[in-house]
Formats: sequence, C-alpha cells, structure tokens
Amino acid sequence: MTINRRGFIGAGLAVTASLSAPAVFAQNARPKVVVIGGGAGGATAARYIAKDSKGAIDVTLVEPTRTYYTCFFSNLYMGGFRTLESIAHSYGTLASEYGINVVHDWAVGIDRDARTVSLAGGNTLNYDRLILSPGIDFVDGAVPGWDINAQNAMPHAYKAGSQSELLKAQIEAMPQGGTFAMVAPPNPYRCPPGPYERVSMVAHMLKRDNPTAKIIVADPKPKFSKMALFQEGWANHYEGMVDWIGSDFGGGNVSVNPDAMTVTIDGEETKVDVCNVIPAMKAGRICEMAGITEGNWAPVNGHTMQSRMDENIHVLGDATNQGDMPKSGFSANSQAKVAAMAVRGALLGSKVFPAKFSNTCWSLIGTDDGVKVGATYAATDEKIAKVDGFISATGEDAALRKTTYEESIGWYEGITSDMFG
Amino acid sequence: MTRFFALLVAAAILPWAAVAEETADAIGDPTRGTKIYSKCSGCHLVGPNATDRIGPHLNGIFGRAAGAHEGYRYSKSMTRAGNDGLVWDLETLDAYLENPRALVSGTRMSFRGLKQAQDRADVLAYLRTYSDNPANIPEAEPTARKHEVELTPEILAIVGDPEYGEYLSSECTTCHQSDGGDDGIPSIVYWPEEDFVVAMHAYKRKLRPHPVMQMMAGRLSDEEIAALAAYFGRLAN
Repeated sequence: MTINRRGFIGAGLAVTASLSAPAVFAQNARPKVVVIGGGAGGATAARYIAKDSKGAIDVTLVEPTRTYYTCFFSNLYMGGFRTLESIAHSYGTLASEYGINVVHDWAVGIDRDARTVSLAGGNTLNYDRLILSPGIDFVDGAVPGWDINAQNAMPHAYKAGSQSELLKAQIEAMPQGGTFAMVAPPNPYRCPPGPYERVSMVAHMLKRDNPTAKIIVADPKPKFSKMALFQEGWANHYEGMVDWIGSDFGGGNVSVNPDAMTVTIDGEETKVDVCNVIPAMKAGRICEMAGITEGNWAPVNGHTMQSRMDENIHVLGDATNQGDMPKSGFSANSQAKVAAMAVRGALLGSKVFPAKFSNTCWSLIGTDDGVKVGATYAATDEKIAKVDGFISATGEDAALRKTTYEESIGWYEGITSDMFG
Repeated sequence: MTRFFALLVAAAILPWAAVAEETADAIGDPTRGTKIYSKCSGCHLVGPNATDRIGPHLNGIFGRAAGAHEGYRYSKSMTRAGNDGLVWDLETLDAYLENPRALVSGTRMSFRGLKQAQDRADVLAYLRTYSDNPANIPEAEPTARKHEVELTPEILAIVGDPEYGEYLSSECTTCHQSDGGDDGIPSIVYWPEEDFVVAMHAYKRKLRPHPVMQMMAGRLSDEEIAALAAYFGRLAN
C-alpha cells in the first residue's frame, strides 16, 4: 500500500515547520476546527480529527467542566454498581497526547458570517469548521410547577455529576416505606431506556435498604424503550414496588409542587419523599443561539452531519434532528466519526467514505441482569435511516444476561477510551 | 440436502434403533473416525470412565452448550460463546473442527483443524457414538440447512484498503478497546488477516452466535471485511 495523501500532507507540514518558517506561521496556516461540548460527540470528534490529521488541523475543544461525568452508567452509580469516580474523566490526554487546545469556558455566541465563537471569559475563537455537540437542555414550562430553580428539591439528574449525587443522597435519606416519584419525559429525549434503567436501579437500592418503599412513574408516553424487558425485570426482581402510569392512564397529565413535595397525576395529588423530574428536552442552547434549530432540535444532513442551515457547522448527538438514531452516547460517538471524516475531507482533501452509523444501548435491570437493543444505520438524502436491528428477548437465561452486563462494562471502557484517548 | 430431508422423514416413521444406524451412516464412517481421533486423544478422552484432561472429555458432546461442561475451566471466549447461544451439533462441531479459531477466536484448543470434510465427518460419526441417546441428538434439523465458513479463494484473495479499514474500524472501537483490553468484550487487535476475514464471515453467515456482531458483520461487504482485516493486520506490524 502506498503512503496515503493525508499522511503525506502531515509529514510535509512538519518539515516546513522545522526547517524554514517560524512555528507561529505554520500554526496560523493550519485550518481551524472548534468543537463545542466535550461529551461523547465532541470529545470523539476532536480526538479523531486531531489523530487522523496528524497535526495538520488546529483543533480547539470548548468544554466548561474540567471533570466530565458520563451520563451513561450514571444510573449504575445510582444503583450502587459504580462509584462516581469511575464515571469521571478529564481532558488531559486529549491535550497532551493529541495536541488539542482544551478551553474550559462557556461558548456564549456564534457569529456565522465572521466564523467566530465568543466565550464567556471574553475571548473569541476563529473557525473554518465548527462542530456543535452541546447535548440537551430542558424545555421551559414542560412540567408545570418545575423550573431549573427547583432542581435541588426535585433533581433531574439527567446531566451527570452533582445532580446524580444529589438524587442518590435523597433516595438514601428516604423514610422507611416512603415514596419515590419520577416524571418521565416525552419523546424525543436523551437515552430512551434511561428513565427505566433508573427506575430499576432505584428499586434495586430500595429493595435492599427500604423494602417497603414505593416507586411511582408518571409517563406522558403509552410505551417506552425495551418496555417488555423492563416490565418483566421489575416483576422478577422488584415485585409490587413499581407503579408505572402511562399516558393511557393519565400519566401525561402531571404537575409538581417542589415546596410541598407533591406530585399531581391526572388530578390526584400525592405527597412524595423524592421526586425525579425529567422534563421535555431540546438541543443545547448554543444551537438556538447559532440560529441552526428548527423546533427544538438542529436538523442535519446525515452524509456529513452538517447543519442544514450552515455548511460550516456540523452538529452531533442529542442536539440533532437526524432521523432514526436514538439520542445516545453511542450514537453521538458514531456520528462524530462520520463528521470527523467529512471535516478532514473538506479541509485537507482526504478521502471521504460513505457514512455508516451504529448504536447499541445496554441497560441494567438488576444484579447481573443486563439487556441491550441496537441497530445499524446509513445516510440517505432525507435522513439517517435504520438498516437492521436487534433487541434482547424476554425470558433469556441468567448466563446470557450476565454476559450482556459484562459486555456493557467492556463497552464502557471501549467508548470512554475512544472519547478521551 | 435431499438425503437429509429423506432422513428427517425416516425419523418420523421408523423405530429409533433403525434411525440411529441410518443417521450415523449419513454423518460419516465411525471406524475410520476412530483412527482420525488419535489426533484428538492426546487432550480429549471419550468413552466409558473418560475424564477431563488438557481438554474436557467428549462424552455427550452433541447437544451440549459450548463451555458448559461443569468442572472444566474454559477460556473466556468459549464461555462467552456458550452464553451467546453456541450449542454443539453436527453443524457447529464441523465448523469448529475445520478451524477452531474461526468459530471461537480465543479458544485454548491449539489445533490447526481438519481441512478434509470427510475426515471431519468420520471423526464426528465416531464421537457421536458416545453421546448418550443417539435418538435425541439435535442433528437432524441443523444438518438439513448445513452451512460452513468455506470461503472461496476469491474472497480470501481480496486485498483490503487499509485507509478504508481505518475509517470502518472506528465503528469497532466504540466497543472493542484499541489497546487490546478484553474485559467483557473480546480483543480484536493483532489478529492474522485471514483469521479476521474468516471470523467476520462466520458472523455474517450467522454461524457465530452473537447478535450485535451478526448485525455489524451482516452489512459489511467482502471488500469492507478485507479492508478491516488489512487495517488491523497493519496495526500488528
């Protein structure tokens, strides 16, 4: 095999930098990519662009937090299967091994004509291509009675970290025989099986420490991801503990009162001890500020993950409206690789292959009881379309469920090293 | 195919003893199989009072789930394959004997495989006489739709494009760690190219059991599998 073009350009630049031109000049001559958001989409995109361009592209990653807690596996922390430290990651390797300029700041404005990003700290970044991977924000007024000021009384815990710690502490402090309520979100939202894995993990903890406690779920949907698997698991592990109220039974008609700690479902008010409110979601706010949203999400072209509103901007993960893929860390990671390839192709002329995507979501229902659902996808001109899929079956034997759980642990190691190096 | 179908019909009508003989003949020659088994007997005992040695004993191997014989310490890969649903029947044993690592990558059985289909048939006919109740051997159905990982020389001759493989590999590394870590999910780095190609085709043809891998391999073209093998092969150099 001959040396590929990308490698050749990279080597050429290195020679130029070391022999003649001042380093500063070489630095300025490199095309610039700014990535906003250091999660499964953004961190992966930054790493793949830096790695595969071998220094020929100047990559800046803007992420406000210094320690990133993965949303995936934060439910396992809730259930006592993981420590918080085990889902915490830093950006050190991306800076030291891959030469990525990691900026811990908030992006507060995007000027699409000037191609600049302004930061809360006062600085401005120029870009040739911008990648937005900001995750989700909540829709104002989605759950009557709840707003972001109430997130300490009624945590969402749908962005991992301090919210996860808070919710776990509240569950641990519940009185014997107390009530845990969840207000589940309407479609589409981050991590479709997430609320139900969380119910499983809360039930797991309560069964051990507080076996007479009750769990109520008010759900605006008539059905949910892996429903048969979760309901089978709840019956097997936590019989009589979980009361799921779907939209057919008024679960969508819900309001909360954080001061009184009450939840009103279809006119019936209940006093609860812990209330986990997961409101309706929308693209992270920076997408709205950039003017690339339509409704709550940012529409993208599946071939390249470019915004349909601006070809210099690629959008990844939960924030996008792309078609059939679920909003998951796995999806964002998969989309990031397609975007990274497209960006290199546009800026360096490297070869661009057809976009391929995949997703698998593992969920833990109880000890060693893991299930999964997944699919593969391809880009059409209209959307990212599902090609093929599979789901765990009800009634699988314990050995297979244990293998599935162990597989999810392996996947966690795989994806986090794929994101953070 | 026709022959196996006839046997199925026969099984439905005739008394068990007669069927057992008929079916055994259809697998191969157990007498010739006894001689071929000498390649196996250094590690695997079979017959009355057989015990586990380097490998597990093979009494009752037909119909047993892979990695499921109690008391024997299997490789991680073999245990996983069993949990994923691999059951030893004529079809799977035949594929395993042809190329053990094509079916179970990390198997500890260091055996090059029996390349001749007749040799495999004969040794399996011999082993089959040591499975408890021949009438219950779940071989009739699988043999009726027998398929193996027999790759044509054309497929094996495809020269993969490692640059394409590198892009495709990014789909693998979401789960499989690129540094070779293998907790929960097997390692896929440092594989000889041909083993990689054979294994991926075994998933594509649904001979290997894992649903995620069947799906992932199922949509890879022959060229894409070659590209991945080339990329991972180059990693090893």
